[in-house]
Amino acid sequence: MNTAAAPAASVEMPPPPARRWTRDRVLGLVLMAVWGALALGLASFLFNAWRPDLFERYAPRYLSGLGITLTLVGVSILIGAVLSVPIALMRMSKNRFAAAFAYGYVYFFRGTPLLAQTFLIYYGLGSFRPQLDAIGLWTFFREAWYCAVLAFSLNTAAYQAEILRGAIQSVPKGQWEGAASLGLHRFQTFWKIILPQALIVALRPYGNEIILMIKGSAIVAIITVYDLMGETRRAYSRTFDFQTYLWAAIIYLAIVETLRNAVDWVERRITRHLKR
Amino acid sequence: MDVATLLSFGPRGWGDEIAWGVVVTVTLALATLPLGLLVGFFIALGKQSEEKSLRLAANIYTTIFRGLPELLTLFLVFYGAQIGIQQFVRLFSPGTTVEINAFVAGMIALGAVFSSFASEVLLSAFRAIPRGQYEGGYAIGLSHFQTMRLIILPQLVRIALPGLSNLWLILIKDTALVSVIGLSDIIRQTGVAARVTKEAFLFFGVACLLYLALAILSSVALGAIDRWAGKEGVGR
Repeated sequence: MNTAAAPAASVEMPPPPARRWTRDRVLGLVLMAVWGALALGLASFLFNAWRPDLFERYAPRYLSGLGITLTLVGVSILIGAVLSVPIALMRMSKNRFAAAFAYGYVYFFRGTPLLAQTFLIYYGLGSFRPQLDAIGLWTFFREAWYCAVLAFSLNTAAYQAEILRGAIQSVPKGQWEGAASLGLHRFQTFWKIILPQALIVALRPYGNEIILMIKGSAIVAIITVYDLMGETRRAYSRTFDFQTYLWAAIIYLAIVETLRNAVDWVERRITRHLKR
Repeated sequence: MDVATLLSFGPRGWGDEIAWGVVVTVTLALATLPLGLLVGFFIALGKQSEEKSLRLAANIYTTIFRGLPELLTLFLVFYGAQIGIQQFVRLFSPGTTVEINAFVAGMIALGAVFSSFASEVLLSAFRAIPRGQYEGGYAIGLSHFQTMRLIILPQLVRIALPGLSNLWLILIKDTALVSVIGLSDIIRQTGVAARVTKEAFLFFGVACLLYLALAILSSVALGAIDRWAGKEGVGR
């Protein structure tokens, strides 16, 4: 009598619901077809427009431009990180003047376009050439590169200060009190208790800030720094070949997507202990 | 010349030119907003669809326009559309040259960027609305469209408003980029003034202050809208 095993195999499953041609499905397939056609068009355009002489001449320039972009962003983010600490502390301090100064700083740099700030420093400080000459700083402000680094650092410092402040304030007060009751010094508390917890909160905004800086750094091309965008514009103005812009777009997209996935990965890793 | 003369309205001052720049900047931002919101809304709808291909198509859109630098998007639209339309037109009448309006190009590029970020904000707002709200709407006999318009949208506005306010402030700052393709916005007008008068610090300082003023004005207006939208709120 082996009928006991048989029913399990012959139980009548309800038939899978038929996938109907709903409006959404048709629309989705049409839109995917559009994307597919665009991708194919892009690929065939780039394939047909491929010229070895152009590649040989401009590929090294794009690479050096990419290097300049990454250096600019890296240096600015680091300087901004250093500057952001005192600004965040002032913003949280009980001293009214310090808090007001930090608030004004952050408000100014977050409320005006990076392009305007860069112009203000690069072109604007040229108005003070005699004074800058007198204190020997003119050689610094004459160079577009240094002006860009300065503008970007000041700008990202304001954003990073807000990220840092938000992260530190997101740690509950009880953590400070707990550490104090264990007899930890305030600095020890900050370094060993508060900061590790704050950085988990801050990671994603920091990642976004780096991505924003990479995208924002394209504007230095306007003040004659030959970053990736600058090289692209130079190549376009010489060849009038639209593929120059398309290659830049592909490179920028690749960097941003890589960064985004890296941040996702790091976040998953450092929050493993929080997952249940 | 002293500062007052330089900034005065009149033949010797630059006040009227800069005021025109403010008008262009504000017009561009206001024209981009409805376009970006509308497209962003449909992208958000696509992202929360049950249909996989629709979700994928919407996500590709966001990935592209969120990842490209705004300046590059602007150039792609400005030059790309120009070349594309020109080649299309030349099929019928060879030898014509097409020039794309910088304002329209700026509107499309900034609208694409705005909509991809707005779709993320709206998507999370959609997710914050409980399913029961839809079901309640259907239960009292409203159609899908009516449920959307009368029940979901009012709540969506309230939840998404802070995020959208942020995007609006970013949009105002992003309009500065259109000066590069020749639209006479604040930056371009102050830039011209700076070159002519050699008073770069003054004029770019004025540009920064104008953007700040726009940001402050927007914050006040957005605060008023927020209070209006939350007026009948149930204390979320």
